[in-house]
Amino acid sequence: MLREDDAPDHGHPHPHPHPRPHERRQPSGAGETVTIEQKVLAKNDLLAERNRTWMTDRGVVAVNMMSSPGAGKTTLLERAVTDLGGRRPVAVVEGDQETRLDADRIRRTGCAVVQVNTGAGCHLDAEMMRDALTALSPAEGSLLMVENVGNLVCPALFDLGERSKVVIISVTEGTDKPLKYPYMFAAADLILINKSDLLPYVDFDVEQCARHARSVNPDVRVLTVSATTGEGLSHWYDWLAEQR
Amino acid sequence: MHELAITQSVVDSVCERAGGRPVRSVRVRVGVLTAVVPDSMRFCFGLVTEGTAAEGAQLEIDQPPGAGRCRTCAVAFTLTDLILLCPCGSADVEITSGQELQIVSMEVG
Repeated sequence: MLREDDAPDHGHPHPHPHPRPHERRQPSGAGETVTIEQKVLAKNDLLAERNRTWMTDRGVVAVNMMSSPGAGKTTLLERAVTDLGGRRPVAVVEGDQETRLDADRIRRTGCAVVQVNTGAGCHLDAEMMRDALTALSPAEGSLLMVENVGNLVCPALFDLGERSKVVIISVTEGTDKPLKYPYMFAAADLILINKSDLLPYVDFDVEQCARHARSVNPDVRVLTVSATTGEGLSHWYDWLAEQR
Repeated sequence: MHELAITQSVVDSVCERAGGRPVRSVRVRVGVLTAVVPDSMRFCFGLVTEGTAAEGAQLEIDQPPGAGRCRTCAVAFTLTDLILLCPCGSADVEITSGQELQIVSMEVG
């Protein structure tokens, strides 16, 4: 026996919302099938697109920096905001699960910075980026450097509205990391191989690592740098200057 | 770990569309070349739906296989990972399937 609310065309008096134009509804057994056909990350992508428009209107260029914990993102940023500060307004968004330690390091350079703590979250998303933009209100023409949560998996999936993605790997990690974390390396516009000053002490093959990265991202640019000695940083700054 | 945030997005979307009606099942499409693990998603779905209109709902996951097409020699072939290398030796490969991450449909009522 069909209960009233199981019947495909039940006659109770409350109004049903009209289906949206892109939803098709068909009665199916006990319930009703609603066709959705929407990207899972549609909401994030929409917010990211709004961030992108907001920044484009103000000539702000955001660079999303991603790596495993300890690859040297914050040290690279400290150097960059000090070295570039005279050329162009620079602001920083610091993402970490907890603490304000990284923002404090950047603040000591005199650069505008906002810390985003994701708590249990393992990546920044477009909503956090929007809140960071509101809090920072970067000057027209700014370079906005975003340090994502140290993680080579999750941040690759979440568009923040950035102009470009930079993935950093340090020579104390494995040469084969681009193959182990292909999604991240496939998403990169630029790969920085950091800590080149330690190359004499570790078993890391820069050329092989670049080949692995290109096997998942054929056109990616790869630069070798050391945030400690400054080696190669001028090429990274040239690349940043090209991001408009 | 991002499966939690992704599953939360799915559940938020379907509950919003359901407009208060109970959600009995949700069908998603997760290509094999996305960095999303179906088993993790199922685990998260149980947690995230608790106390929502989708509590107790079934999660059905379609997994389109990976496929690519070589821009050099135009041959189409299966991709099991993101290493984009055509049998002809070219790395100029377009991914034609396997990167889907979509909510397909739901059953309500």
